[in-house]
Amino acid sequence: MFNRDRWKEILEVLTTNWFRTVLTAFGVFWGILILIILLSAGKGLENGIRADFGDIATNTMFMWTRSTTKAHMGMPIGRNFRFKTEDVKTLREKFPQLRFISPRNQLGGFRGNNNVVRGIKTGAYNVYGDYPEIIQQEPMAITTGRFINQNDIDNKRKVAVIGLGVRNELYETGEDVLGSYIKIQGVNFMVVGTYKKRSGNGDGEEGQKEIYVPFTAFSQAFNQGNNVGWMAITAKDGFPITDLKTGIVNEMKRVHKVHPEDSRAVGFFDLYEEFNRVESLFGAMSFIGYFVGILVLLSGIIGVSNIMLIVVKERTKEIGIRRALGEDPWSIRKQILLESIFLTIISGMAGIVIGALFIYGVNALLEANGPVDMFMNPSVNLGVVSAALFILIISGLLAGFIPAQSAIKIRPIDALRTE
Amino acid sequence: MIEIKDLHKSYKMGSNSLHVLKGINFSVEEGELVAIMGSSGSGKSTLLNILGMLDEADEGEYVLDGIPIKNLNETKAANYRNKFLGFIFQSFNLINYKTALENVALPLYYQKLPRKQRQEKALQYLEQVGLKEWSHHLPSELSGGQKQRVAIARAMVAEPKVLLADELTGALDSTTSYEVMELIQKINDQGNTILVVTHEPDIAQMCKRIVHLKDGVIVKDEKVKQVRAKAHV
Repeated sequence: MFNRDRWKEILEVLTTNWFRTVLTAFGVFWGILILIILLSAGKGLENGIRADFGDIATNTMFMWTRSTTKAHMGMPIGRNFRFKTEDVKTLREKFPQLRFISPRNQLGGFRGNNNVVRGIKTGAYNVYGDYPEIIQQEPMAITTGRFINQNDIDNKRKVAVIGLGVRNELYETGEDVLGSYIKIQGVNFMVVGTYKKRSGNGDGEEGQKEIYVPFTAFSQAFNQGNNVGWMAITAKDGFPITDLKTGIVNEMKRVHKVHPEDSRAVGFFDLYEEFNRVESLFGAMSFIGYFVGILVLLSGIIGVSNIMLIVVKERTKEIGIRRALGEDPWSIRKQILLESIFLTIISGMAGIVIGALFIYGVNALLEANGPVDMFMNPSVNLGVVSAALFILIISGLLAGFIPAQSAIKIRPIDALRTE
Repeated sequence: MIEIKDLHKSYKMGSNSLHVLKGINFSVEEGELVAIMGSSGSGKSTLLNILGMLDEADEGEYVLDGIPIKNLNETKAANYRNKFLGFIFQSFNLINYKTALENVALPLYYQKLPRKQRQEKALQYLEQVGLKEWSHHLPSELSGGQKQRVAIARAMVAEPKVLLADELTGALDSTTSYEVMELIQKINDQGNTILVVTHEPDIAQMCKRIVHLKDGVIVKDEKVKQVRAKAHV
């Protein structure tokens, strides 16, 4: 295979008719270029959407209470009830597959009144009572100080972690934040840390204007008793929350004496299901990319096969001479196959290189013009490239197969007769 | 060297079949220079093709240097052709994108000889036919006589047992023809067995033996007094 004369001959044959060779190569080049561009565009969309999800733990559901719509066990219809801190313990015992169960309480909300005061400055912020685990479910970067820890929970410390948005509004630039006090609905909390949330979509501003305080301190300071506003529940990897959620909701219904068929009383949102819907979209996109790309590539390959057939036809006499001189059929077949594979691989490589340059250009453009919604860093990974190369070799073989077969079918005596 | 017994060959032409060779018996000794003569359609080319293992006989025996040639698959036939036979064609049949040297070296390539040896040997044979200075020219840059001499060098390079020449002077003018025949005689003088198919009597006279073919049978097989081509050049 790595034979100087053979390669010399391949080059000689392919360069005798430059124009034809280039046109043929263009078919394969174009196919692989389209494949690469389609796959990278799909990947870009995927990257963009994934960035919007951020590093939020996706195997997560949220659960809250609403009024009942069915009377049950002597309880009237339209009853309001709240989750309790004991529910967390119950769930933890009944569902060992769960990784985090974070009970949460909240003050403020969308367009709430001013609820936080520092000196002469005031602001309206979302204030959450949380457990330390929340940082793993809803990741944020701690820029200074620390996040809430277990000691804060145990000792009901009145400490707070504020977002950069809060810091910018309540503090002067350069002012020391850590150790200072802010007044949340009349209760003083000491600031122990600041955070910054990474977010791709529109709520970036809102996300920075939050204050996190220990759940226990929140309950005590704002008279929540053992009420729980809602829960963020994350399951361990390998246990989709979608499979567990019915059991969890039913358990809550049982504990709170809600009719089992009351579908309104416990509200929930399954992030995992949403995420999976998007995931399957990614799958469909890459399928379309491969499908269309390979079909385009196929037409290029048919072109190569066609040209190789013509080449064999043109060289009928030459093949006859070689046979008469004693070249064995296998060697001729190998020659034709190698020519075909060589042509496909060279043009395919050119397609991959141009495709890579194209992706590079798009990336440079994106970088220069700032981020675009739902599109980020289009790329193809090494796996795709090697898959493309593999497809190329196979297709080169396929393209050469019929011509090679027809080449060895030529009987030397017939070949010599053609003038 | 060559032993043929009762050789038959017919071609199918649509529904008719054309009986070309109707029982050929003849043998060739080592070192002979045999002309096979006959008008067109007499079956001389068919006979040569069968001798060259390019075609297969329907019936009969063919023994080449003690080896029965029968039921060969393509690979084996190619191998035998390469080792035992050298072909010289009327239309030279050089590969036009290869230089004279590469053309001559081709049979050695199929024997998988190392590149260096191939080139040395090919050059040596080119020298023998007087074309050493032309070794790096393409066939298109050579004259008809030169092309045929390259073809002769190519046929000789693998040191075959028998040289088969099909109308080797058919495309050449008479002066060039005699030059080529002189070369053939020289090669024959070195002890090589050569079969020449021709329909030109003067070319046939330059061989040592003439076999006349007519309608698929040998009508006359005679030894002749060889006319040296040198006298005509």
